[in-house]
Amino acid sequence: MTTLISQLINLFAAVILMLSFAMLAQRRILSLIHLFALQGLAVVGATTVVAYVTDQHHLYYSAALTLALKVFLIPWLLHRLIDRLNVRWDIETLINIPSTMLIGIVLVVFAFNLALPISQLSAAITRGTLGIALASVLLSFMMMIIRSKAVPQVIGFLAMENGLFFAATSATHGMPMVVELGIALDVLVGVFILGVFMFQIREQFDSLDIRHLENLKED
Amino acid sequence: MSALVLVFAIPLAGALVLALIGHRPQARNVNVIFSLGTLLAAALLTAQIIASGPLFALERQFFIDPLNVFLVTLTAFVGFTTSVFSRPYMRIEEDHGRMTPGRMRLYFSMYQLFSFTMLLALTTNNMGILWVAMEAATLTTVMLVSIYRTPASLEAAWKYFILCGVGIAQALFGTILLYMAAQRVIGEGANALLWTNLDAAKSQLDPAIMALAFVFLFIGYGTKVGLVPLHNWLPDAHAEGPTPISAVLSGLLLNVALYAVIRCKVLTDGALGNHFASQLMIGFGLLSVVAAAFFLSRQKDVKRMFSYSSIEHMGLMTFAFGIGGPIANFAGLLHMTVHSLVKSAIFFAVGHAAQKAGTQLMENIRGLIKVSPTVGWGLMLGTLAILGMPPFGIFASEFLILTSAMRQVPWATPLLLLGLGIAFAAIFSRVQPMVFGQTSAKPLAHSPALLPVFTHLGLGLMLGFYIPPYLDAWYRQAARIIGG
Repeated sequence: MTTLISQLINLFAAVILMLSFAMLAQRRILSLIHLFALQGLAVVGATTVVAYVTDQHHLYYSAALTLALKVFLIPWLLHRLIDRLNVRWDIETLINIPSTMLIGIVLVVFAFNLALPISQLSAAITRGTLGIALASVLLSFMMMIIRSKAVPQVIGFLAMENGLFFAATSATHGMPMVVELGIALDVLVGVFILGVFMFQIREQFDSLDIRHLENLKED
Repeated sequence: MSALVLVFAIPLAGALVLALIGHRPQARNVNVIFSLGTLLAAALLTAQIIASGPLFALERQFFIDPLNVFLVTLTAFVGFTTSVFSRPYMRIEEDHGRMTPGRMRLYFSMYQLFSFTMLLALTTNNMGILWVAMEAATLTTVMLVSIYRTPASLEAAWKYFILCGVGIAQALFGTILLYMAAQRVIGEGANALLWTNLDAAKSQLDPAIMALAFVFLFIGYGTKVGLVPLHNWLPDAHAEGPTPISAVLSGLLLNVALYAVIRCKVLTDGALGNHFASQLMIGFGLLSVVAAAFFLSRQKDVKRMFSYSSIEHMGLMTFAFGIGGPIANFAGLLHMTVHSLVKSAIFFAVGHAAQKAGTQLMENIRGLIKVSPTVGWGLMLGTLAILGMPPFGIFASEFLILTSAMRQVPWATPLLLLGLGIAFAAIFSRVQPMVFGQTSAKPLAHSPALLPVFTHLGLGLMLGFYIPPYLDAWYRQAARIIGG
């Protein structure tokens, strides 16, 4: 039973990591939002399994919160946003996806090495997933760096939050409820502000390309 | 207890009220009244602390100890004086057509919400809530940085949001690791993240987890402190936002972020029992002092120049807390206080000077002393104070930091002196013609509020040769809490 469940958690972790890679390679904004919602769903799945095994009731609540926020509300907001901004079919020319993937693999190895001494201390069933959580945080971080459009950068930011949430689940069986509620509130407000921001950027520059935002220099 | 609740309740109520009526002309007075209320509540709280010592509130979720009591008072005080300063300042901006009633409403309500988040971050005992409040402080100020909707301000705000968002995400990972270490000793639940509980159990926290946690926490909160090389957002956000916001960002938010780093350092030192955290802080602090000095000597925009000066001073404080021990910690705390007062005073003076000249470019700001002597003198005295001239308080704290550096990390002293020297030459040679040169600018339509400038400078001067006994006692106790 325990091995089955720990394999189930590992499966969810692997799905989360795969989706991080898929997001790194995805060029269409619409598909990117779908991948983000799927990643949220995988995080919810992993959290529910951990909640069931450890019998932690507050984890059910945070799984439900994540489901509502990351799988439904935020993707829906993003859909509306790209509709209103009319960037639904925007395809970003990403240079050299294969080398991005290779750098991503290096990041995963690095994350596993960094998390190795610590994941031995974490609870038995989630051992090994801390490395994956850290890897998906770093991959989202990289996605924010290599993307030049505003919407993919924001999705990278949100995917990083997914990775952090998964880290909290796998390392500590979830943060205390009050902290988790605060984090959820911050993320939601952040998405609203970014949405408002994109309209302002669009109004000023007639485009959502972040490369317009490179005039302030260090001089 | 009740005073502590008032300290949050007033700015929160202010944010709600001003979100409703912020577009009306009287809103600027309402903003001042709420900030005054917060200051009075903080003063009441301080009086309670002086009378009866440290306290806890709401089932130990909030606490006041010598390390945060003076920062709470300072935050409420500078919050109040900045609201006084923004009355005429924002009115002139409205006349110039840069602000509309709708933007004023956003400005006032976010200003109050920002005060709330900083006070929450300072008084919460829960390291998780500290993170939430720091992130909320970013969210409330990001809209203020882009309030003029110019291309440059949008760029600055986007950079601010993304860089600080990424930074603060690292801090969240650090907080998760901290909770993981705490769970093994204290057990599950919200109480495992209470700083006082962690502090009591710090010697049992797992060193491997704590070392990694501190690295993430330091990078995360260090981004908000503006340490080099994580400082990129800071000069842009300061230069492109409205000046009152530059004053509170430099004077208050950076302090709160450094406060978060200090709280984490205390726990890490206790768990590791070596100088890992201190060395990290010494290294990044020193790098910030030297790099910022070189950057600031190349600036043309006056607000950018002084924001690099903030990076330099935050680096100096980080360095001081890195050295540790009673003297350096004392100096770091004193420097936090005086820098916050003096730097916000400088931004007040610079704001009016830039409004007069119609530009923030230093070569076009000339002869302040002729057009309005008070702004000119305010800027000159503020500059002398920030450059560490005696008898201002920064001289005392820099002197103490340098002497303890000589004793404990002698190799760092020449680098520090180099940084301070370059900053002195660069800033003084730029400010001198701005104050004394020839000009044809006209006086402002509304008389500027210069009382805040001289009150801050007066307090900065006072702290140079007289520190009130209770403040002295807090500094000493806080220095003991921070330890080596």
